[in-house]
Amino acid sequence: MSTLELRSIEKSFDQTHVIHGVDLQVAHGEFVVFVGPSGCGKSTLLRMIAGLDAPSRGDLLIDGQRVNEVGAADRGCAMVFQSYALYPHMSVYANMAFGLENAKVPQAEIAQKVSDAAALLRLDTMLQRKPTQLSGGQRQRVAIGRAIVRNPKIFLFDEPLSNLDAELRVSMRAELRELHQRLGATMVYVTHDQVEAMTLADKIVVLRAGRIEQVGTPQALYEAPANVFVAGFIGSPRMNFIPAAIARMATALAARVPAQAQQVGIRPEHWLPAAAEDGLAVLVKGTEYLGAQRLLHGLLADGTRVEVLIEGERAVQAGETMYLTTQPERLHAFDANEQRIAQVTA
Amino acid sequence: MKALRFLTLTRGRQRLHWTDVLSYAYLLAGLFVMFAPVLWLVMSSFKTESAIGQFPPSFLPYSQKTVVVQGHDKPLPLFRVAGEGGQTRVLAQVSRIGIMATMVDPAQPDQTVQVNIRERVPVNELKFATSNYTDLFGKFTFGAYLWNSVFITVVATLLTLLFNSMAAFALSKYQFRGQKAVFLLIIATLMIPPTIILVPVFLVINSVSLLNSLWGVILPAVATPTGVFLLRQYMLTIPDELIEAARMDHASEWRIYWRIVLPLSAPALAVLAIFSVMWRWNDFLLPLIVLSKSEFFTLQLALNSFQGELNTQWHYLLAMTVITLLPVTLVFAFLQRYITTGIASAGVK
Repeated sequence: MSTLELRSIEKSFDQTHVIHGVDLQVAHGEFVVFVGPSGCGKSTLLRMIAGLDAPSRGDLLIDGQRVNEVGAADRGCAMVFQSYALYPHMSVYANMAFGLENAKVPQAEIAQKVSDAAALLRLDTMLQRKPTQLSGGQRQRVAIGRAIVRNPKIFLFDEPLSNLDAELRVSMRAELRELHQRLGATMVYVTHDQVEAMTLADKIVVLRAGRIEQVGTPQALYEAPANVFVAGFIGSPRMNFIPAAIARMATALAARVPAQAQQVGIRPEHWLPAAAEDGLAVLVKGTEYLGAQRLLHGLLADGTRVEVLIEGERAVQAGETMYLTTQPERLHAFDANEQRIAQVTA
Repeated sequence: MKALRFLTLTRGRQRLHWTDVLSYAYLLAGLFVMFAPVLWLVMSSFKTESAIGQFPPSFLPYSQKTVVVQGHDKPLPLFRVAGEGGQTRVLAQVSRIGIMATMVDPAQPDQTVQVNIRERVPVNELKFATSNYTDLFGKFTFGAYLWNSVFITVVATLLTLLFNSMAAFALSKYQFRGQKAVFLLIIATLMIPPTIILVPVFLVINSVSLLNSLWGVILPAVATPTGVFLLRQYMLTIPDELIEAARMDHASEWRIYWRIVLPLSAPALAVLAIFSVMWRWNDFLLPLIVLSKSEFFTLQLALNSFQGELNTQWHYLLAMTVITLLPVTLVFAFLQRYITTGIASAGVK
């Protein structure tokens, strides 16, 4: 078992508060992704879990034990760094064996563990090479291998895919997912890329400016974002935010906009064509053909920009006016504090 | 082949451009100014004692030819003597009184002739007096001097690398209160000329009774501000993530230093090693005040003591100078790549 718990963790560097009281529970075997814009404190949070930084306040528990005072080496965590942090003067084998040597594991056992990990990560043919002789993806796998051999309670990943090209990132993402299923270990993963978060996570933690905005499964975050920030952050293309007054002008939507709503959100992929009179009028300014889909950039009556995803084969010309609506459960309403207003079932 | 091509590079394709002429002339002049004295030294170190004193001086080590003549124990010097009738004979000199020399024809050992010394010229041959070098090892305690120098240089360099790199590691990779102050303090000592602290250093060495001990020369100069500065600047370029990764890999601080930071600082360590070897090997002032017994002399001190007030054995002195130059020359020749990068990166000489 390896569980992780954060209890009102705070962190400040000198005068600057970076983390303002974070509470979080991670169950055994869960794949948790911290996501948020840069500077939101997600890496700091990860470093505190790893033991590389100490929290200013609050408790950090691994397997129910408080570990605030336990050193990084003894927490049973392994970390994969953004830059991989491979020891450049050591071979791949030595890189993976270093941690075990430090823990005084017998040589034979080290060789066994390293070759197991190498086989798992398809690195067996390059054990004698130096990190500089490897491609980005291979280095990435060595960094993961270095974490695996130590058989840690918790894996920590700090934006591990951000240095890879787009194609490799997609395949490494699948590999990570597969690895998690095979090892069944608890993993905490930091990224600023919401697509990575959606595809990898069992549970996503959305952070902004040192606070947790929402915790939930990818589906929960997508379907019921707790506030405007999460709604805008999760999902691509971004959700359209429309002033409530404009939304009420369309009779098809008016009834579903709660009285206290300041703005409503509709995802570009959730628009539906409406009968001319009761839909929201969108003046198409430009179109992007994406193959299966077509992305339309449009303007509402008050000048608000909206994006609309429609099927690729439907031809729409710039300058056309479309009338759109959406399904009731796909209309997100937010109040003056940008918080979600629970759907009132009519 | 590659070196030759590089050395004959020109700007002009077919003919020499005027800048080619200028730069080659400049380079040759520089080569002459810097290298001629050294070459002269090396050549002179192979001359016999008498050849060194000869006037006019010769560049190559010539010495008078000698021949073994029957009836004489020692080999006799050969002279070319102009005889009557314009013909010259080669005769060996047996003895000389005033301006008259008693000479003998090596072919006819029984007959001696009297020759005015103005009528004869010595027969010279090119001969390298290697005895200048071989004698050094037998005659004097030269071996001991060499050992002293080598011991001081090697041990002091190793200790310098160890201590400076540990200080640099702490100053570059640990955050602690007063880190900047400590670093500034170390750098500030660069501004104190070593001669100023010579007397205090002597007093300290004396009170810990290291006078006339090689350790008395080694220990005072082990921690050098230049070395700490040079290594710290280099270690700052080692990513912190590597050290954090090692820390997560269960490495103790000592292992991080020994297995991660030291190997990665190898280029800077090489530079410091070169500097340290040169400093220690050429050091004169500190050994001079610490070591007063001749059995502890370094080569530099021995060189100095060779130069007597009344009599200087130049041929030995020159041979010894050449030997003294060798290690530094070798260090330079093989590690010059590191020296240039080191100077470029640290801005030190």
